Amino acid sequence: MIPDQRDMGLDDAALQAALRRVWSSRGGLLGALASVDHKTVGRRYIVTAFAFLLLGGVLAMLMRWQLAQPEARLMGPDRYNQVFTMHGTNMMFLFAVPVMEAMGGYLVPLMVGTRNIAFPRLNAFSYWVYLFGGLLLWGAFLLDMGPDVGWFAYVPLSGPQYAAGKRADIWAQMITFTEVSALAVAVEIVVTVFKQRAPGMSLDRMPLFVWAMLVTAFIIIVAMPAIVTASTALILDRLVGTHFFNPAEGGDVLLWQHLFWFFGHPEVYIIFVPAVGMVSAIIGTFCRRPVFGYLAMVLALVGIALLSFGLWVHHMFTTGLPRLGESFFTASSMAIAVPSGLQIFCWLATLWGAQPRMAVPMLYVLAFFFTFVLGGMTGVMVASVPLDTQLHDSYFVVAHFHYVLIGGAVFPLLGAIHYWFPKVTGRMMREVTGRWACGMIFLGFNLAFFPMHILGLWGMPRRVYTYQPELPWAGLNLFASVSSVLLAGGFLLFFWNAWRSARHGAPAGDDPWGGPTLEWATSSPPPPWNFTRIPVVESVSPLWDAREALPVAEGLRLDRRELLITSLMDATPEARDSSPQDSIWPLLAAIATSVMLIWSIFTPWAVVWGSIPVAITLIGWFWPRGTPEDES
Amino acid sequence: MRHRVVADLSGLPICGNRRSSPSWWGTLAFMLIEGTGFALAIGVYLYLAGLAPVWPPAVPPDLAAGSGVTLVLLASLMPNLLLGRWAEAKDLRRVRLGLLVMLGFGILPLVLRAYEFQAFHVGWDDSAYGSIVWFLLGLHTTHLLSDLIETAVLAALMFTRHADNPRRYGDVKDEVTYWNFVVATWLPVYACLYWGPRL
Repeated sequence: MIPDQRDMGLDDAALQAALRRVWSSRGGLLGALASVDHKTVGRRYIVTAFAFLLLGGVLAMLMRWQLAQPEARLMGPDRYNQVFTMHGTNMMFLFAVPVMEAMGGYLVPLMVGTRNIAFPRLNAFSYWVYLFGGLLLWGAFLLDMGPDVGWFAYVPLSGPQYAAGKRADIWAQMITFTEVSALAVAVEIVVTVFKQRAPGMSLDRMPLFVWAMLVTAFIIIVAMPAIVTASTALILDRLVGTHFFNPAEGGDVLLWQHLFWFFGHPEVYIIFVPAVGMVSAIIGTFCRRPVFGYLAMVLALVGIALLSFGLWVHHMFTTGLPRLGESFFTASSMAIAVPSGLQIFCWLATLWGAQPRMAVPMLYVLAFFFTFVLGGMTGVMVASVPLDTQLHDSYFVVAHFHYVLIGGAVFPLLGAIHYWFPKVTGRMMREVTGRWACGMIFLGFNLAFFPMHILGLWGMPRRVYTYQPELPWAGLNLFASVSSVLLAGGFLLFFWNAWRSARHGAPAGDDPWGGPTLEWATSSPPPPWNFTRIPVVESVSPLWDAREALPVAEGLRLDRRELLITSLMDATPEARDSSPQDSIWPLLAAIATSVMLIWSIFTPWAVVWGSIPVAITLIGWFWPRGTPEDES
Repeated sequence: MRHRVVADLSGLPICGNRRSSPSWWGTLAFMLIEGTGFALAIGVYLYLAGLAPVWPPAVPPDLAAGSGVTLVLLASLMPNLLLGRWAEAKDLRRVRLGLLVMLGFGILPLVLRAYEFQAFHVGWDDSAYGSIVWFLLGLHTTHLLSDLIETAVLAALMFTRHADNPRRYGDVKDEVTYWNFVVATWLPVYACLYWGPRL
């Protein structure tokens, strides 16, 4: 390779051959393990998260089987406690948050027109840490050591007095794994969006999905330290006898709830805000017009993020807090409906008279509208203290948050998978199968979960492993359980469609939907270097406005992994910086970190001795190798 | 889609100023994460203090060791500032010297910190007060320790063939910024732990 060789004056074939030499990962197992390509890592993340969705779904079906009739004997109370705890923990920490960040990690660099995510090695590290955290949780469950204290692990139930053994520690340490990985991806997304946008992509030309991921990343950065603080304090209480949550020695059990929900409520928006971005992307493309009210949409996203930190106490209305505080949090909980509603109206305005193309992604968006609006309505209901006091810890709440999370986040996610599947795999998902799956999921979901509102109003508490035949709940429970089979069937059809289409789907071409954003300007799947020439952006819909030829820039080096750094506001080019080569060290660092974290469940000395291999692997990771990437 | 070349980037530098460096922005993001952690830990201290009938439940902490740490950290800002300037000037000899000096300023507070843990006359398992005091001190000590290792590795690196490289001077400047952060986070912790109980 010629030093300082540039990409000017080369034809496409020669250019791609040169780019392939520096950007491709090596073959073989070692090459795969060392890859730092954001698309490789993103694909792994998404597939792993959906595997956890499948496992969490199996647990859900076990619970529905158990509750289908009174006094069922499928599971005893101890197993049931583990199953609902695993279901919630798995779905929140191992599926919902990681899958949303993974979609960002895969798509944001493509949508902003850069060649790799910022800090790609950190990205690889975050995936391995996430995977090992998931294996820890599920391994423990298989050994009958699965946590049994609920997904929010309230003290004193999860404290040293009431939760003997290591189950609660497994939960608390799994938190550390997922938080480390989530925070790492958040930092990568912030820096990618701030500094690696294509020239000309000023902040007001950024795709709404990128805005949504940027806002999400900031919510993660500010919210997740709270759960890290909480779970560390819990582990310390359990392992070395601190008294953070022990009232006898000046601690406080509600401190846990404050810390948990200061994270836990924004967590809902960490899951929901990316989904909002997906909806905007799909609606824009399928209506073939930019989403109405770009500025209002962006401000609504930022507004949701800010308000999401002022709502946490509405999870604690029944804990006997001062009345004034409760009133404040009722008001703020209702206030967040305003930016959420604003977005709904902007989407409706976009749809107005647009004759949208009703392909599967769009069908999921319609399913989202119906289901999420219902979930939002019940959210406004339980934001009021008197009603919440009645419905707290009942099946009404179970119905409410499944409407919000499945309707508000999973439906858009499934639509997004259909929408971006051709970009990731190069093949279309089968349309007819997709329609059937969408119909079954939508119908199955509503039939399974709507009756739970009524069960809650009739007094059925959540997290009971069974109920007596005298209680009036058997009929609706059986109905919900039978309906859940339809829902599960829909999901299985979705998985089958994805698996089969990845192998036999119709070839997609670069831009099968006629999308406006930069990810559609490159091939499907994109090459390791994403863009053969860096695109130049002149509007919010660059592909629609480019007409025949995409404006691009040239002048980058071909003898090293080089990408473009641009300014924060206007994305004017500032420098040509390098992007790190593949490395096995992130995997080794993740292994060392995992050993330290798991070991520390058993002895505090693990932190002392375990941090030595962590330090060694980090030094191996960062020590320069004299490659062209290190030149400056 | 066909391409239409509209811009030539070949004249751009391959290492811009600090604001152009992803690692500088990454450092800021990690400071935001850790800063939030410190704010929350101080929040926990104040929350527990607000609940307690008597705070602190032990005698107020001895001032000597903690104030010593504060003075050392404040004094370290001067060589840290100089180190930043030398890195800016790409003066390798002085950068090496500065890193060695900062290594000393990294070790000294850790020595004093050992005495600080005793200055509170309370164990982590005596009461919630003891727990949060040790937590706050531990949180900051973790930062001192990890920064010490980082400084040591960077100092070693600056004595190798990889040293005279604008990217390395950028690393030094990131380190300078991070040390300022470590000092800045200590001041509210110091005020909270030592002067809060005396109000």
